[in-house]
Amino acid sequence: MPERTVTVASRAGLHARPAKLFVQAAAAQEVPVRIRVGDGRPVPATSMLAVLALGVVRGTQVTLDAEGPGAEAALDSLAGLLARDLDAEEISGG
Amino acid sequence: MAETSGFPAPGTGPSPATGTERGPATGTLRGLGVSPGRAAGRVCRMAGPPRLPDPIAVADPARELGLALRALETVAAELSARAKKAADSEAAAILDAQSFMAADPELRQTTEENVAAGMDAGHAVDAACAHHREALLAAGGHFAERAADLDDVRNRAVAAVLGLPVPGIPDPGHPFVLVAEDLSPADTVTLDPGTVLALVTERGGPTSHTAILARARGLPAVVACRGAMEIGDGTWVAADGTTGRVETGIGEETAAGVRREAAAERRRLAASSGPGRTSDGHPVELLLNIGSATDLGGGVEAEGVGLFRTEFLFLGRRDAPGFEEQVAAYEAVLRAFPGGKVVIRTLDAGTDKPLPFLGLPEEPNPALGVRGLRVGRVRPDVLDVQLDAIAEAARACGSRPWVMAPMVTTAAEAAAFAVRARERGVTRVGAMVEVPAAALCADRLLRDLDFLSIGTNDLSQYAFAADRQHGELADLLDPWQPGLLRLVGGCVRAGRAVGKPVGVCGEAAADPLLATVLAGLGVTSLSMSAPAVAAVREALARRSLARCEADARIALDADDPAVAREAVAREEPA
Repeated sequence: MPERTVTVASRAGLHARPAKLFVQAAAAQEVPVRIRVGDGRPVPATSMLAVLALGVVRGTQVTLDAEGPGAEAALDSLAGLLARDLDAEEISGG
Repeated sequence: MAETSGFPAPGTGPSPATGTERGPATGTLRGLGVSPGRAAGRVCRMAGPPRLPDPIAVADPARELGLALRALETVAAELSARAKKAADSEAAAILDAQSFMAADPELRQTTEENVAAGMDAGHAVDAACAHHREALLAAGGHFAERAADLDDVRNRAVAAVLGLPVPGIPDPGHPFVLVAEDLSPADTVTLDPGTVLALVTERGGPTSHTAILARARGLPAVVACRGAMEIGDGTWVAADGTTGRVETGIGEETAAGVRREAAAERRRLAASSGPGRTSDGHPVELLLNIGSATDLGGGVEAEGVGLFRTEFLFLGRRDAPGFEEQVAAYEAVLRAFPGGKVVIRTLDAGTDKPLPFLGLPEEPNPALGVRGLRVGRVRPDVLDVQLDAIAEAARACGSRPWVMAPMVTTAAEAAAFAVRARERGVTRVGAMVEVPAAALCADRLLRDLDFLSIGTNDLSQYAFAADRQHGELADLLDPWQPGLLRLVGGCVRAGRAVGKPVGVCGEAAADPLLATVLAGLGVTSLSMSAPAVAAVREALARRSLARCEADARIALDADDPAVAREAVAREEPA
């Protein structure tokens, strides 16, 4: 199954605004995407509660996976989002 | 909140929807002051969570499932609508996140499973929320704090199932002091600052929504105030967001007096200007904590920069910023205070605040790991380039910045940093005091350094063995802790003995009352974020140095921070 492993760059980790943006973006994908930490249980990236419960702080490596047509593009887009400091973008007005 | 996580036995405990009308007729409740200022008015309590009736035998599971899912959808839509109306983007993001919780596919699935197992709609939603609540609590830290958001989703959804009114901010038709268990983000955005005079909550800590919102709006707030929900609606109270005291049963006249004093206080603050001085002219520099030159645009009058955090240059990058880029950023700040004081802190990153290009391995205990100056052990090049860039910016502006390293722990580290900085042309070299060992050896550190700046937030965390993010340990992180003040006092004595400045940056410096205690201990500068400057300047200006010194003795001799704060507040000059 296609996967992407990425280091979460947002100051708050996957919490507050970055978590919201990630879950929102996951819901907009055409394929279901899952997220896990290390060898942990993968959870749906569209579940705010499951994503928060991963307890991902800045610098944590997470792995995304997805299957089916469009999986590669979905993973690239979500991995790209996680690699950015979404909190800093907010502060700079972005 | 027991109601959110289980099934109360029938007939036990007070009804949370009504609470008890009996409260102390007069008396004082104590909580944690998290947003300064005083206010007085009549209490209005926020309705408690809806109470679930006893489980019912389900005849039509499909109907129950429909009820439960519609309730969750209604709540999601309601929260999303509130997000669109929210005044600021931060509040909107929190509400959106909460709306996602209500619409969460996993929550929906757990609810479906509960109905399939024979539960009625209300209990199915309640138990599903309780299940996911446990998972959030297990994640700890900030993530556990989101349990309050889920509790709010639960209360709204259960109310929707039962056909009860939505729990939320009351509207008694007159200004009031809002008393609640805790406030959810959905509650806080609908607060009308024209009618809410102050916030008092039973639960919550310095980082709770209540505290953040109150500070942003300048509303006095007291959190973690036991017994607050027992105050009857309509009772006249005075709340002090500095000392954490809530006086009940004060009467309308006293309340009017408190309001007049609070208004006078606001006028005094608006009129404040000039350098930091006690009433008898003893100088205490008032400086700003900034993250970049853009933080200097607000027109706040201060005597310089006491903490220029340079992390912004390094965040979110794959490679370290280059020499030229750094020089330009430092120059921008130095030119904003020509001839004035600017204290630059070298990069404060590490495994607790990771930066990808540093390539540091994960650590089990980042707060106790490679952070601050310690990063120089593995990446000395990063610090060298930064020091070169600071020295170059100083030459270009013809200024002499003060440069300090974070997380200095030993005299040897201080000496090595001093050599390194001076070799590169930095003339004023200092250290942040955040580690108790450094505070205890302040005299040794000052053999090689020109100044010290005490970072009270981290110093508290390390001295009290209490994680800064830990909501339940807020009392240990209170900057009024006499143990912390003793460490500050030790640093100040070391500085005085050799005539070198010792300042404070961090939350402690921004608390006007505590600022006077720090001045009394002998700190030479207080550095804070811009909104705090006027209140601190004004608090100093109303006290003589002798009064500040007496306050410092009171605070040092107190057995706990609440007693210290109250005792000093009692000595408040008229």
